[in-house]
Amino acid sequence: MNNLFVFCELDEGKPADVSLELLTKGRSLANTLGCKLEAVVLGHSIEGIENELFPYGADVVHVADDPVFEHYRTLPFTAVVVGLFRQEKPQVALMGATTAGRDLGPRVSSALHSGLTADCTALEIGDHYVKKTDTTYKNLLYQIRPAFGGNIIATIINPDHRPQMATVREGVMKREIVNKNYRGELKKITVSDYIRPEDLAVEIIERHMEARKVDIKAAQIVVSGGYGMGSKENFNLLYELASVLGGEVAASRAAVDAGFAGHERQVGQTGVTVRPKLYIACGISGQIQHTAGMDQSGKIIAINNDPMAPINSIADYVINGDVAEILPKMIKYYKANAR
Amino acid sequence: MNGLKIVVLAKQVPDTRNVGPDAMKADGTVNRSVLPAIFNPEDLNALEQALRLKEMYPGTTVTVLTMGPGRAAEIIREGLYRGADDGVLLTDRAFAGSDTLATSYALALAVRKLAPDLVIGGRQAIDGDTAQVGPQVAEKLGWPQVTYAEEMHFEKEKLIIRRRLERGVETVSSPLPLVVTVNGTAPACRYRHARLVMRYKYARTDTELQTESSDYIAGSRPSVKITEWGIDAIGADPEQLGLSGSPTKVKEIDNVILQAKEARHLTASDKDIESLVKELLESHTIG
Repeated sequence: MNNLFVFCELDEGKPADVSLELLTKGRSLANTLGCKLEAVVLGHSIEGIENELFPYGADVVHVADDPVFEHYRTLPFTAVVVGLFRQEKPQVALMGATTAGRDLGPRVSSALHSGLTADCTALEIGDHYVKKTDTTYKNLLYQIRPAFGGNIIATIINPDHRPQMATVREGVMKREIVNKNYRGELKKITVSDYIRPEDLAVEIIERHMEARKVDIKAAQIVVSGGYGMGSKENFNLLYELASVLGGEVAASRAAVDAGFAGHERQVGQTGVTVRPKLYIACGISGQIQHTAGMDQSGKIIAINNDPMAPINSIADYVINGDVAEILPKMIKYYKANAR
Repeated sequence: MNGLKIVVLAKQVPDTRNVGPDAMKADGTVNRSVLPAIFNPEDLNALEQALRLKEMYPGTTVTVLTMGPGRAAEIIREGLYRGADDGVLLTDRAFAGSDTLATSYALALAVRKLAPDLVIGGRQAIDGDTAQVGPQVAEKLGWPQVTYAEEMHFEKEKLIIRRRLERGVETVSSPLPLVVTVNGTAPACRYRHARLVMRYKYARTDTELQTESSDYIAGSRPSVKITEWGIDAIGADPEQLGLSGSPTKVKEIDNVILQAKEARHLTASDKDIESLVKELLESHTIG
């Protein structure tokens, strides 16, 4: 009882990346709290799904397998999650900040009268002292997120209500298998215990899903390469860094023209305009045609071996040196320091 | 389909999208007072959906419901200028400090009192970006919800709604009553109509009539009165509102200090790269 729960979403029958990232974070928080990590997964024809979640450290996996859960629908999913949480009384519940998670989370928090913090960028465990009542709350979930258009960072807590709920976007937390032989307990959910006929009022008539597309506009972190990257192969370094940071790869026109990257990744006057939190420009000189498409970025890091490159004048950080040497170091130190 | 009674949930928000140089104080913190207060962008998309239904189904009425301080009456007037029929301002000191859950409690009570067939709101507000209030109101009402809507119409007695998901579109049908939240990808709201501006420019709440010195015509024309409700009007329990009714508490606020735009020059050394990565982690620039 009072364990840490992660609501796991499925993406074409497989656990979504964001859910595996939350299990990874959930595992380390559960270790700090000294409680179990439990996963909840709802879907159809998902026999054996628990075996894909155990390696991330799930001690218990609750599975509801029923045609009703073929696609996400608000009411049946809410009914099961609320019902399960009422019985199991989790102290913490985490969900992905996806279209489904952001639809389900508030519904569940409203039903349980528990607090929910959206789009957290960090989760920690800590205490809270209230001077007025001289009370110390032990082991609360610190839900840390930017607010007010990113101009402030707020730490939110829910001292008196459970579960303490938070959503996190895909790519914010890192994902790591704890032990590929880790085995927990499978608990099957009896769907008819939770769902009433009126929960099926909203029906899905049609769905058109597109294959995952490159969308550099939506990325919070953009790792961009220019002609100075030298070759298409060298762009692999950018993909590696972007994948570790949860970002996307972009390119300058010169790099696209040279065939290093596809046109859908081109930033600048004749490409797309991006405003990520962080723009890492690698081997880009920074002609105005390029900077017009990225100079509104929150922070800009310019990496190149030309101290006179125009990009340096708009950058917050200028790293003079060889991209092939610097990017692997960034990956290494990110992995060593990220929580 | 007969005429519907629609309530549009709207919020007045500081315009966080245009944080200009004067919006930051010398210490790097946000100077809220210089940010213009605007109609939350996605709530305008929601209003447009309501106005389209009003055109499609004659007899439909659109009421703008907002919760906020007295000056939030401004966005009700904005709604009237664009085609809404009336508006309700939920305002009370007891609402101050409410988180999304306490806010949805008050809004749900007001919606119950208005007894609409359909509630439409924006997906989320730009000052909090939580996307929580719509679904929380729906849960409190015990109604279904459809989020991320882009387009809607009736077929027989059911509302057919197209939703925008991360990687595609989904079309759903739902009976009424229902709460819908509208995505920013939905059609933009129509502009103000000159005739409606003339009709409603003196629309005032009772409080505004009492505090403004000049004699507006609202007193003599009830049609241009903006309804104002406090906690008694909706029968709210003050314990469920404000700080006491909010499960979430703000423990700490760190201002993001905007430094002068002067580049830091680093080398490829391990020491430099590690300190850069740590700095980016500490400022939550990377997760």
